[in-house]
Amino acid sequence: MRNADVVIVGGGPAGLAAAVRLYDLGITDIVILEREHQPGGILKQCIHDGFGLTRFKETLSGPEYAKRFVDEAQKRGIPCITDTTVIDVSADKVVTAAHADGMIVIQAKAVILTMGCRERTRGAISIPGTRPAGVMTAGVAQAYINLQNRMIGKEVVILGSGDIGMIMARRMTLEGAHVQAVFEVLPTPSGLPRNIEQCLNDYGIPLYLSHTVTDIRGEGRLTGITVAAVDERMQPIPGTEKDYDCDTLILSVGLIPENELTIGAGAELDPKTKGAFVDEFCQTTVPGIFAAGNVLHVHDLVDFVSMEAESLAEGAAEYIKNGSLPKAGIAIACGENVGHTIPQRISGEKSFHLSLRVRKVMKECTLTVSQGEHVLLTRKMKKALPAEMINLNIDAKKLKGTDDLEVKVV
Amino acid sequence: MTRDFTCIVCPNGCDLTAEYEQDAKGIRVLRVTGNLCSKGDTYARQELTAPMRTIATSVLVEGGTAPLVSVRLDRTIPKERIFDVMAAIRRVSVKAPVVTGQVIIENVLGLESNVIATKDIAAK
Ligand SMILES: Cc1cc2nc3c(=O)[nH]c(=O)nc-3n(C[C@H](O)[C@H](O)[C@H](O)COP(=O)(O)OP(=O)(O)OC[C@H]3O[C@@H](n4cnc5c(N)ncnc54)[C@H](O)[C@@H]3O)c2cc1C
Ligand code: SF4
Repeated sequence: MRNADVVIVGGGPAGLAAAVRLYDLGITDIVILEREHQPGGILKQCIHDGFGLTRFKETLSGPEYAKRFVDEAQKRGIPCITDTTVIDVSADKVVTAAHADGMIVIQAKAVILTMGCRERTRGAISIPGTRPAGVMTAGVAQAYINLQNRMIGKEVVILGSGDIGMIMARRMTLEGAHVQAVFEVLPTPSGLPRNIEQCLNDYGIPLYLSHTVTDIRGEGRLTGITVAAVDERMQPIPGTEKDYDCDTLILSVGLIPENELTIGAGAELDPKTKGAFVDEFCQTTVPGIFAAGNVLHVHDLVDFVSMEAESLAEGAAEYIKNGSLPKAGIAIACGENVGHTIPQRISGEKSFHLSLRVRKVMKECTLTVSQGEHVLLTRKMKKALPAEMINLNIDAKKLKGTDDLEVKVV
Repeated sequence: MTRDFTCIVCPNGCDLTAEYEQDAKGIRVLRVTGNLCSKGDTYARQELTAPMRTIATSVLVEGGTAPLVSVRLDRTIPKERIFDVMAAIRRVSVKAPVVTGQVIIENVLGLESNVIATKDIAAK
């Protein structure tokens, strides 16, 4: 068994940003373990632009954004061992990984979990009907088209208004396919307004809210689907069924953080984010095990993934230097209309970054962070959408004592 | 007259409203509201008069470690020319190695925008 100060699981934007910042903070004994043949994570297949506007003040494609971090890591000589799948992380920070040449076992002082997320599949949402070819998730479609040069169909229907689905609607239209429509079971879109505009409206692709797929037909290859409107309880309304002939059904029905390793290490998960419970240092409930990026909560912008990973690096560096971090004794409660927050607990000793999502679409609303009667921060917002993560900086000087905090949007 | 837009310039996606006048001479934009920054103003004006877009796609690579290299435009083009530019891009291929930023098609269709590679592809 070898030793390292830090092992990073996953060489996507979160893992790379954490590595670079740790190195610059003087923690140079780092190893990144990456399952795929190259670092860069999911961004390698996201060839559309729109990345990096916050961070670099220019609009880059996914591969270009990833390359900036890959280059920075390489410049510092940070080892990234690819084609290596981590299969276990223990609470005492032994990392076990499978590689073609055998097992890699490393005892680390701190472990950083940046495994990203995976897509929800048809099984996860249980659509009835046959099991023909031509039904796939948006990310799989994206990999076929953008990495392998395989066009996946001609007559396409998309279920789910996630950003990836909308981006693939545009991509397939540009490649000559006919995208008939996007159906979303919720009454509000789950992707960003700018993607509805530039991926659907620009190409005349209709978006039907409160609709779902009720049947899938075809032997061998998909031949058609049935769609119906749904009521408030998301149950199909009889008599509203409509058939569509199509050879491809793309599912863009959400992402779930990839947390098998996190659970294995004994870290507690938050049922709201489906990621680990963390403090303001991005430390999980297991001391010395940290998490950031999509494995912690699903992000819509990679710029914030990088930022979160960098603040994690500061906490991890402090942990390695001091052997521990201040105890996080103050809980952050989700008040009215707040779906989740990151972090869920804080120590109160350090100013911190707070990320959250609202539960429903709201106009002209006010976000309040309070501690009992004491209000730390209010922010007026023209609109708040579940599709857009809200990011705030909270000044530790504003905290009064160690009572729990509450965040609400009304 | 007024028209509403979603600004696509940055992820804020501001809801813009443009007030404008239209007659035989064309469209005159009077006022844009709802924008958090000046780019939204420019966007709404352009959207009413001459909408511009950018596209990202990929180009075939010969002799590379991957079959495709991703590309994008380095400047926006008129929205109605998107499919013409796609056709022009589909006609070309490049020889590996390809490096990020490499110009694949210069001044595509005379629209003053270059098609540039967004990935490194090594030679096989
Ligand atoms: C289709 C799509 C479109 C997007 N569009 C935009 C956009 O327009 N603008 C924007 O800003 N953001 C966008 N995003 C979001 C952005 O890409 C993600 O937020 C970002 O990539 C998350 O980074 P990450 O490092 O957390 O995860 P990932 O990029 O998923 O990286 C995780 C890495 O961990 C590796 N890994 C996982 N498990 C293991 C294991 N057990 N052992 C070893 N390695 C492992 C994976 O192989 C992967 O390389 C988009 C995302 C997707 C999927
Ligand atoms: S107006 Fe400015 S801040 Fe608002 S979406 Fe457009 S570019 Fe972004």
